[in-house]
Amino acid sequence: MSDSAERQLTADVLVIGGGPAGAWAAWSAATNGAKVVLVDKGYLGSSGATAPGGTNLLYLPPDKEMREQAVASRMKQGGYLAEPAWIHRVLDQVYTNLELIEKWGYPFVRDENGTPMRDHLHGPEYMAIMRKVVKRAGVKVLDQSPALELLVDEFGVGGARGVSRQDDLTWEVRANAVVIATGGCAFLSNGLGCNVLTGDGYLMAGEVGVELSGMEFTRKYAPSPAFGSNTRSRLLGWATYYDSDGNEIVGGRQGDFLAEALLKGPVYAIMNKADTPEKQAFLRKSHAIFFLPYDRAGIDVFTEPFPLTLRYEGTVRGTGGIRIVDDDCSTTVGGLFAAGDAATRERITGSASGGGAFNASWAICSGTWAGKGAAAHALSHRQSAATRDLKPAGRYGLGGVASSFENVVPSQELIKEIQDQVLPLTINYFRTEQGLKQALHRLDNVWNRVNSQTPQNVREQVRARETAAMAATARWMYTAALSRKETRSGGLHGLAEYPGQDEEQQHRLLVSGLEEVSVRTEQVPVSGVAVTAVAATSEEVQAG
Amino acid sequence: MIELVSEERCISCNICVKVCPTNVFDKGEDGVPVIARQSDCQTCFICEVYCPADALYVSPYAEQTVEVNEQELADKGVLGSWRAIIGWGPGRTKIAAIDTTPFIDRILPPRTIRPQGVSEVLRGGS
Ligand SMILES: Cc1cc2nc3c(=O)[nH]c(=O)nc-3n(C[C@H](O)[C@H](O)[C@H](O)COP(=O)(O)OP(=O)(O)OC[C@H]3O[C@@H](n4cnc5c(N)ncnc54)[C@H](O)[C@@H]3O)c2cc1C
Ligand code: SF4
Ligand code: SF4
Repeated sequence: MSDSAERQLTADVLVIGGGPAGAWAAWSAATNGAKVVLVDKGYLGSSGATAPGGTNLLYLPPDKEMREQAVASRMKQGGYLAEPAWIHRVLDQVYTNLELIEKWGYPFVRDENGTPMRDHLHGPEYMAIMRKVVKRAGVKVLDQSPALELLVDEFGVGGARGVSRQDDLTWEVRANAVVIATGGCAFLSNGLGCNVLTGDGYLMAGEVGVELSGMEFTRKYAPSPAFGSNTRSRLLGWATYYDSDGNEIVGGRQGDFLAEALLKGPVYAIMNKADTPEKQAFLRKSHAIFFLPYDRAGIDVFTEPFPLTLRYEGTVRGTGGIRIVDDDCSTTVGGLFAAGDAATRERITGSASGGGAFNASWAICSGTWAGKGAAAHALSHRQSAATRDLKPAGRYGLGGVASSFENVVPSQELIKEIQDQVLPLTINYFRTEQGLKQALHRLDNVWNRVNSQTPQNVREQVRARETAAMAATARWMYTAALSRKETRSGGLHGLAEYPGQDEEQQHRLLVSGLEEVSVRTEQVPVSGVAVTAVAATSEEVQAG
Repeated sequence: MIELVSEERCISCNICVKVCPTNVFDKGEDGVPVIARQSDCQTCFICEVYCPADALYVSPYAEQTVEVNEQELADKGVLGSWRAIIGWGPGRTKIAAIDTTPFIDRILPPRTIRPQGVSEVLRGGS
C-alpha cells in the first residue's frame, strides 16, 4: 500500500468488524468515554454470520444451581479445556445485555406467564438495532471498508489501514487501541453469511506476533441444501434422512452418519417428523430462513425429499482463534484486543463447538469486555496515536512483490488450492495423520506463493489479502491438529490413529508464526476468582 | 445467487449497494444498480430484506446462475416475499415479535438423531 492513505482519521479505539462482537465492542468503548471508529468489510447490520439468519443464545436466570449445572455440563462436553469462571461470567453478562437489547427495541416474545423469552435473536432485526445503538453512541462507522493491515510501533498496535472499496480509496485510522472482531474463517464455502469471513483478523494478529489458540478444534461442517447456502439447520431435527434409493439412513457410530453417508452418495431429507399443519406452521415461524431456499426451489420439505450437503465452517462454529490473555480480552501485544469468533472461544467452550448458543453469547460478552478494555487502554495512553511513529505491519498478500511477470499467480488459483485441502470431508472431517501431513505440505506450497499475487484494483487487493489470510489460517489449523494426537470430547478434533481422549493432553495448543509455524502447549488456567460482569450504566438502561 | 434488479420497481435508493456484504452491486448510471460481480454473491438474501421496493430476487441456487422471469416471480408473489416474512415494511409485524423458537422444545419429535461434529442439527450447544 502506498505511504500515505487518502482518508486519514484519528480515534481512541478502532474496531475492525461489524458483526455482533464488533458492534458491542464499539458501543462499549464509546459508552466508556472513547472516541470510536468501526470499519466493516461489508456493512454493519447485514454482514457476518449472524445477520442473515439469527442465533440462539444462553439465557439462564441467575439461579445458582441451574447455572452450576450448565457450567458442569459444558466443562465435560468441552473436554475440560474451558474455565468455569469464564462460563459464569458469560452467563452473567449475556443476561444483562439481552435485557438491554430489549430496551433498545427488540420485540422478544413472552410466554403464558408474561416472562420474556430472550434466548433467540433474528439476525436482521438484531443487527439493525445494533447499528442504530452504535451510531447513537457516537461511533463513526465506515462500511464497505475492509481493513488490510495493522499499524505498529515499539509500544504495540496503533491503528490499521485498509481500503474503501466503493470509493476506490485507501484509509488509515490511528487509534491507541484496536479491537479485532473480524469473525472466523469459513474459507469461502458458501455458508450463510460466511463468505466475508476469511480469517483476515487472524493474519493481522499473526503478523504482530500474537498467538492463536484452539485451531485444531475446527472439524466443523453444517448441513445445507446441496444447491443452496443456508447452513442454519437446527430444524433438521424434524427430518428423516434417506439415500438415493429411498432407504432410511439411521444415526450410527459416533454420530458421523451424515458425513459417512455423503461419502457414499447423495443424501436426502424429508421434514416428516413435523407431521401436523400446526407443527409445520410453528417451525416456519422459528427459523424462517430454513424454508426460504426450498420454497424458492419449489420443494415442499414436509413431503418431498431435498438434497443435502455439508459446508465447511472453519472457525465460525469451530472454536479456535486469537489467544486472549486477560479478562478484558486483551492479547499479548499492547493495545490489541480480540472479540467474537476472531478470538478463541476455548475459555467457555473448551474443545466443543460454541455454535447453538455459546458463540453468539460470547460475541456479546467478549465485545463488551474488549470495548471497555480498549477504551481504558486508549484513554490511559499519554500520546495521541496521530503523533506515534507507526508503521504498517502487513507482509503477506498485499501485492506488488512478484519477482517476475511469469511468477504472477491469480488469487482464484490459490483459493482453489486452499479449498482443495480444507473443504473435503475426507481430509478435514475424517482426519488422519497422513492426510493432514500431506494437506499441510500442499498448503505450505500455497503459502510460498501468496506474495506472487499482483492485484490490479481494490477488489483484487481485498481478495489477495483474504487469500493470504485463508492460507495462514489453514496452516495453523492443520499444524495444531497434527500436534493433538488424540480425539477429544466435543467432536471438533480427532485423528483416526488416536481414537481416545488422552489425559496427558488436557492442555491448550498455541500456534504462531507465518514463515515457520510453531506450536506450544499451555495449561488451562485455574482461575478461582469469580470475575464479575460489567454492569450497564444506569443511564444506558433507562435510555431505551 | 442474485439474479434480478427490477428496473420497473427499483426506486434508485442504492440501499442494496450499501448493504450487500460482498459488494456485488455497482450504482447504475440510470439510477438502477447493476449486478457487477454476481460470482461474489453469497446467497444471503439480506439485500431483499432491505429493498423497500421489492425489486430484487435472489435465487436459491448458490453455485449456479439461472434464468429468471420477472413477470412470473411477480405473479407468484415471490418478489418481496422474504422482506414480508421478516416483517419489514409499513404495517407489518416483525417475525421477531411472533417468534416461536423459544417454545420449540414443545414440539420436539420423540426420537431425534444428533450427529456430532455437524452443526445445529437440533440443539448445537445448549
Ligand atoms: C448459519 C449460522 C447459524 C448460527 N447459529 C448460531 C446459534 O444459534 N447460536 C450461537 O451461539 N452461534 C451461532 N452461530 C455462530 C454466530 O453466528 C457467530 O458466533 C457470531 O456471528 C460471531 O459474531 P462476530 O461478530 O464475531 O462475527 P460475524 O458476525 O461473523 O461478523 C464479522 C464481521 O467482520 C467483518 N470483517 C471480516 N473481515 C474484515 C476486515 N478485514 N475488515 C473489516 N471487517 C471485516 C465482516 O464483514 C463481518 O461483518 C451461527 C453461525 C452461522 C453461520
Ligand atoms: S434497494 Fe431496491 S429500490 Fe433501492 S436501489 Fe436497490 S433494488 Fe433499487
Ligand atoms: S444475496 Fe447477499 S451477497 Fe447476494 S447480492 Fe444480496 S446481499 Fe449481496
